[in-house]
Amino acid sequence: MATNTIRVNESPLVLYCLRRADDALVMGHRLSEWCGRGPALEEEMALANMGLDLLGQARSLYTYAAEVEAAGNDEDRYAYLRDARQYRNLLLAEQPNGDFARTILRQFFYAAFADPYWRAMMKSSDPTLAAIAAKSEKESAYHLRHTAEWVIRLGDGTEESHRRAAEAVAHLWPYTGEMFEADAAEQELIAAGVVMDPASFRAEWDKTVSEILAEATLEKPAPGWMQKGGRTGLHSEHLGHMLAEMQVLQRTYPDATW
Amino acid sequence: MTKTVTPLWEVFIRSRNGLSHKHVGSLHAADATLALQAARDVYTRRGEGLSIWVVPSNAITASDPGEKGMMFEPAETKIYRHPTFYEVPNEVGHM
Amino acid sequence: MYTQALNSRDDTPAAIRPAEELELEARFQARVDAEERIEANDWMPAAYRKTLVRQISQHAHSEIIGMLPEGNWITRAPSLRRKAALLAKVQDECGHGLYLYAAAETLGVSREELTEQLLTGRAKYSSIFNYPTMSWADIGAIGWLVDGAAIMNQIPLCRCSYGPYARAMIRVCKEESFHQRQGYEIMLTLCRGSEEQKAMAQDALNRWWWPCLMMFGPPDAASQHSDQSTKWKIKRFSNDELRQKFVDATVPQAQYLGLTLPDPDLRFVPDEDGDGTTGHWAYGEIDWDEFKQVIAGNGPCNRDRLAARNKAHAEGEWVREAAMAHAAKRRARQQAA
Repeated sequence: MATNTIRVNESPLVLYCLRRADDALVMGHRLSEWCGRGPALEEEMALANMGLDLLGQARSLYTYAAEVEAAGNDEDRYAYLRDARQYRNLLLAEQPNGDFARTILRQFFYAAFADPYWRAMMKSSDPTLAAIAAKSEKESAYHLRHTAEWVIRLGDGTEESHRRAAEAVAHLWPYTGEMFEADAAEQELIAAGVVMDPASFRAEWDKTVSEILAEATLEKPAPGWMQKGGRTGLHSEHLGHMLAEMQVLQRTYPDATW
Repeated sequence: MTKTVTPLWEVFIRSRNGLSHKHVGSLHAADATLALQAARDVYTRRGEGLSIWVVPSNAITASDPGEKGMMFEPAETKIYRHPTFYEVPNEVGHM
Repeated sequence: MYTQALNSRDDTPAAIRPAEELELEARFQARVDAEERIEANDWMPAAYRKTLVRQISQHAHSEIIGMLPEGNWITRAPSLRRKAALLAKVQDECGHGLYLYAAAETLGVSREELTEQLLTGRAKYSSIFNYPTMSWADIGAIGWLVDGAAIMNQIPLCRCSYGPYARAMIRVCKEESFHQRQGYEIMLTLCRGSEEQKAMAQDALNRWWWPCLMMFGPPDAASQHSDQSTKWKIKRFSNDELRQKFVDATVPQAQYLGLTLPDPDLRFVPDEDGDGTTGHWAYGEIDWDEFKQVIAGNGPCNRDRLAARNKAHAEGEWVREAAMAHAAKRRARQQAA
């Protein structure tokens, strides 16, 4: 049985779509791992809703990538038939769920970026990306609202919840810098007005994060060393396990229809 | 084993067709903000609503079913409050 | 997803009840007979309340435990479309559990108490969820068969005499309409796929068929509680009636898939009235010993299911505590201001 890993011709636009799609898929998958494990039924509903939003974003972006690449790939081939080295998501996205605080902080840090980012992307010169952004913006706005409320409650809740939230902030902080990076391929798209420069959202992200962490009585870490590599396929060890689980059927039965 | 008791809220939703808010169910949440978000996540997953109210269940005062007769029956005999009580000739047209 | 007919009767004999209560009961029964809905604040016999609390909470527990076998495959769903559909379906089940706990709470018992009954193993839930999901085809089989069986049971519950339960069931039934189709579509895709996929589908059907028939509860002859529940219009059809409806609906669906039901005694019995329009599929002997063992806690997954819920509950305690602590702090600050 031949290996069925695909090869992708990563033009700047395809690469851009895969990066954003991978962010959304990996986080959507992580949120789906909460199913049956949430702290309350109400919160299970919320986590699943966020997961479904992100899965939807991933599917739109993969579908557009496939259209642009025009090499016979589709959403499932991108999701199920690429190895970890071919995944382009942020390291932040693949961080394991940990406890509820870790998950909430991960989603909060991302949503605080994604909300203004997708809002700005609605002005993309690419109508498909603008349409995806319009949908994603509303979803991200709610994710930001919901996770921010939880950050406040966990930080300013009990001693235990404060400790857990502070640990989550400290653990995830070094993975937040990668969101604002753009390599040469992305700079090309930025120059053409197709996508927005992620660096331009840093000030707004800083402001949101500072305000919410302050209200949560959590300390904002000092600027320091930031991890990166996800965008070029250099991942933590966690992603491989996630993909092994996610891709098991597609890998075991190549070319089957499900 | 269960230490924390989370308060109960009643959820009212105004659906798309411009009706008034209608009771749809209840849920548990620690405070009003979380209750509103939970109501959104639990009760509007299929586009059922445009507006949500949440009310602490213990803030609702209900009529006593045992007093149904006193409360509601007196209204049943006041048929002159309904348009069909009055006769208007057909020639007059719709009124 | 579904509550199983497990309750036993425990009402006090009429002889020792005071005359006033008997009169209230007569009035209550008259309202039920007139198809009026009983509401939370209305007078109701203690045994009616107790039966409902037990049935509704068992139903809620079944929804929540029912998330686990299907949740087992969300992270391994073989396409993004299937993954989204399955996550949405399992999320619905969580919602259904939530609606049903809320309906039970109108009868004066808290979510916390009901949860504790589940976690300590005192409460029952549908036996079907104590079987493992071993392959992707099990997700198809559950949607098709388990949800199919659930629909048979739940549609009549939309007319249950207790208003809050009936209303919750209307919402559940409306939302669940995609669940069975989702499952059948998975089965159909497998059956049109490779030999391996078809074998996977057949294997799933073989394992789920009999436990699904057990979902309807013991045969009418052995069922202790049906009479009273029927009189109270909580139950509209007997276990055997619903089981037969399910078999009749399912056999042609299996034939369409090209799958064989694992019952050598299955045969069509034409309608005895001779009008030629309907008939029934007679099925073989159900292994009630297996059913009893699963109910008693000896199914393949009973321990795992309870352990999973206990873990989630224990690990969520600090979160629920934090939310309450924060709410208290806010109130204190508002009062101080």
